[in-house]
Amino acid sequence: MRDDLWHDFSTLSMEPAAYELFATSVPEGASDSTGKLPLSLTRRQFCQALGAGVLVLLLRDVRAVQESGGGRRAEAPSMPREIGAWLHIADDGRVTVYTGKVEVGQNIRTSLTQVVAEELRVPMERIHLVMGDTDLTPFDMGTFGSRTTPVMAAHLRRVAAATRELLLDLAAEQWQVARATLQIEAGVVRHAATGRSLDIGRLVRGQRLTRAIPQEVPLTPPQQWRIMGTSVPKVNGRAFVTGEHRYTSDLKLPGMLYGKVLRPPAFGARLVSVDTRDAEAMPGVLVVREGDFVGVAAPSPEHAARALAAIRAEWKRTPQPSSREIFAYLKAHEVEAQGWEGRSRYVVGSISEGLQIAERRFEQTYTVAYIAHAPLEPRAAVAEWKDGRLTVWTGTQRPFGVRSELARAFGVPEDHVRVIVPDTGSGYGGKHTGEAALEAARLAKAAGRPVKVVWTREEEFTWAYFRPAGVIEVRSGVKTDGTITAWEFHNYNSGAAAIRTPYAIPNQWIEFHPTRSPLRQGSYRALAATANHFARETAMDELAHLVGMDPLEFRLKNLKDERLRAVLEAAAHRFGWGRTKAAPDRGVGLAAGFEKGGYVATCAEIAVDRATGEVKVLRVVTAFECGAILNPDHLTNQIEGAIVMGLGGALFEAIEFENGKILNPRFSRYRVPRFSDLPQIDIVLLDRRDLPSAGAGETPIVGIAPAIGNAIFHATGVRLRSLPLVPNGLKGEARLHRGE
Amino acid sequence: MREVIELHVNGVRHRLEVEPNRSLLSVLREELDLTGTKYGCGEGQCGACTVLVAGRAMRSCTTPVHLVAGRSITTIEGLARDGRLHPLQEAFLEVGALQCGYCTPGMLMSGVALLNANPDPSEAEIIRFMNGNICRCGTYGRIVRAIQRAAQKMKEARR
Repeated sequence: MRDDLWHDFSTLSMEPAAYELFATSVPEGASDSTGKLPLSLTRRQFCQALGAGVLVLLLRDVRAVQESGGGRRAEAPSMPREIGAWLHIADDGRVTVYTGKVEVGQNIRTSLTQVVAEELRVPMERIHLVMGDTDLTPFDMGTFGSRTTPVMAAHLRRVAAATRELLLDLAAEQWQVARATLQIEAGVVRHAATGRSLDIGRLVRGQRLTRAIPQEVPLTPPQQWRIMGTSVPKVNGRAFVTGEHRYTSDLKLPGMLYGKVLRPPAFGARLVSVDTRDAEAMPGVLVVREGDFVGVAAPSPEHAARALAAIRAEWKRTPQPSSREIFAYLKAHEVEAQGWEGRSRYVVGSISEGLQIAERRFEQTYTVAYIAHAPLEPRAAVAEWKDGRLTVWTGTQRPFGVRSELARAFGVPEDHVRVIVPDTGSGYGGKHTGEAALEAARLAKAAGRPVKVVWTREEEFTWAYFRPAGVIEVRSGVKTDGTITAWEFHNYNSGAAAIRTPYAIPNQWIEFHPTRSPLRQGSYRALAATANHFARETAMDELAHLVGMDPLEFRLKNLKDERLRAVLEAAAHRFGWGRTKAAPDRGVGLAAGFEKGGYVATCAEIAVDRATGEVKVLRVVTAFECGAILNPDHLTNQIEGAIVMGLGGALFEAIEFENGKILNPRFSRYRVPRFSDLPQIDIVLLDRRDLPSAGAGETPIVGIAPAIGNAIFHATGVRLRSLPLVPNGLKGEARLHRGE
Repeated sequence: MREVIELHVNGVRHRLEVEPNRSLLSVLREELDLTGTKYGCGEGQCGACTVLVAGRAMRSCTTPVHLVAGRSITTIEGLARDGRLHPLQEAFLEVGALQCGYCTPGMLMSGVALLNANPDPSEAEIIRFMNGNICRCGTYGRIVRAIQRAAQKMKEARR
């Protein structure tokens, strides 16, 4: 394979798809926290638009500035960067909260409403969240990295608490009573001594206040929580069960056209010539050609599809690698950085000394395949140009990032671009980019009318980006009493997330090796934590067997982290680890780890059908701890969902490709977990109200694959070291491994 | 080659001039603005486009509209009656059987079709019937529970 061939792809793969990784590498202490509130014209206009009432602004702290990647790239946001959050109480008592985060099914619209309701002492129903609208909400780098709960929920809590204090000030002044004698309950200020009460809407009526709040405000302690920490149902759930909610793909504007884009026959193909005459001759059809971009806009999706089919294009293809040779390819194509994530190395002690004192030595290689997010709502966007200003509705996890992409692409200032994200049909880290937004905007500009682009499933499977494939090499040494003396761990390509071992090992060499990637790759739920946990926790199981120890006992022997021990013990206890009766072709396995502030342990029981080779996951117990729990039911839902999604990558999901073509870009060829794959799932939540809340949408996915792989070994003696473990059933895999 | 086709959707008769081979999904969404029915795959593999035709589940993305002319079609928008949710819609909310909600209309229509045919399905029957519907958020266990709960509600309502 020629080296220069890959240049374009490695460039492509580092861009917005990977902003999450980029964001996590923003250095500590970056950027400003001036504490000054610049009253820009835009914000004045904004306040006017809100009408009467109380607007409370929260100044960004240093951490928040890092979070939004402040200063990374010069931008001209329409709202001042220093403002981290704002909240408005209208004189009818409605509370509107503005946040740049987006709802993609993780139910943060609910959890963020909960924290405001708790601190403001206002019923949930009165609170509305405006989310992911670049004209209305504060700048936010994106909804990823499980950061909403630790950062945005904390912000909004402070905003709401400060607002509560402000309302008490107002009431005390109006009634000429001591402030301490007042309290707010269910949106009503009460003065117990006189029995006086006033709805907060009435209280702010006629006021036109704008206050910036200090960082230090009294927060409600967890022991007094009444709304936080409870299983409040999804706030706008009714709109989803009635079909009323409009996702981006459901939106329509007057005069709107439907767009389609001509795709190359393979990655790396270049357009040589194109004949669009037949398409152009179709009534109502507009064909747009700009460089390699060829697209159509037509009055209906069917017209657009027909027009696209009528375009004859000649492409020049270049040879591309295939999934069969991918791991050798990755090993052979190390680079210094993938653009977002450079080479990184963590070394303590000496591996050679650690191996020398070891009584048993161990060396193995693990691999993970590229997999697809396959969000059920594919990429979609509706774009409209008006007087040189662009508005785009699109399902993205990075509305402000997509705004920048659009502004750059069309050479307009960022404040001429507005990106609005309706609650979206999921993301899982797969919607960081603005492809459909750019396509719709380009077609809309040429058409002079609004254009909607909705990707087909095949486009989503082909032209989105993938979870990186990777090769992981482990070398270790252990004493017969179970003490690990050396731990060497090299990850090629998949990433550095959770690459460090949580086990207490004196000699470590842990290194991430960026490589070129033949496929476009980017974030995926939990990033490389899944790959790294798969390799590490499988190796831990292998080491335990090497010294004849129980896998749970072996882990605990090498584990000092109390929080991790707690989830491991909780999961093992609920699962009945060590107490399960041995049955033929049944096995149990476990895995544990931590990432993004969450601690997880998963135990799995599997059954193997020797005749068919089918592996069925019967039972999963996951114990999870992420500090103080905001919404136990929604947390449980996330953990269950992570387990089910993780089952796919563990057992059968893999993108197959050959010479630049995805071979399985459809649900009929790319198997995702279905009802029949569902194990019995038991979740143990450890609620640590003494600790700050961490996010939970990602980390619970990391334990399922190694737990299943270890259970397969327990049942059959076959050790599987590649994800997916059994894409073709166990018989084929077993043969493959015997042949090694 | 457009034809006039009569569609009975959610109790309303529509006379539409459409191409007879156009998918029911496209006609519902684009001509009737019933966007609760979703596109997910276009090959009948994910169930997001499920509607009821004479009470039975059909994948509208692979159903040419002429095949269902004159037949009674129910979409997610027609499930609630006079603002009262169907017991399965209620059960979805009570159990919290959704995350992003994009699969939910199709799940509900498939679930209602199951309950129409089998008012008291076993867990195994639910799993078998619902296996053509994909939820990428992985709420399958909750959807099973919601269907069981709705079956119970409907049984009680019949008493």
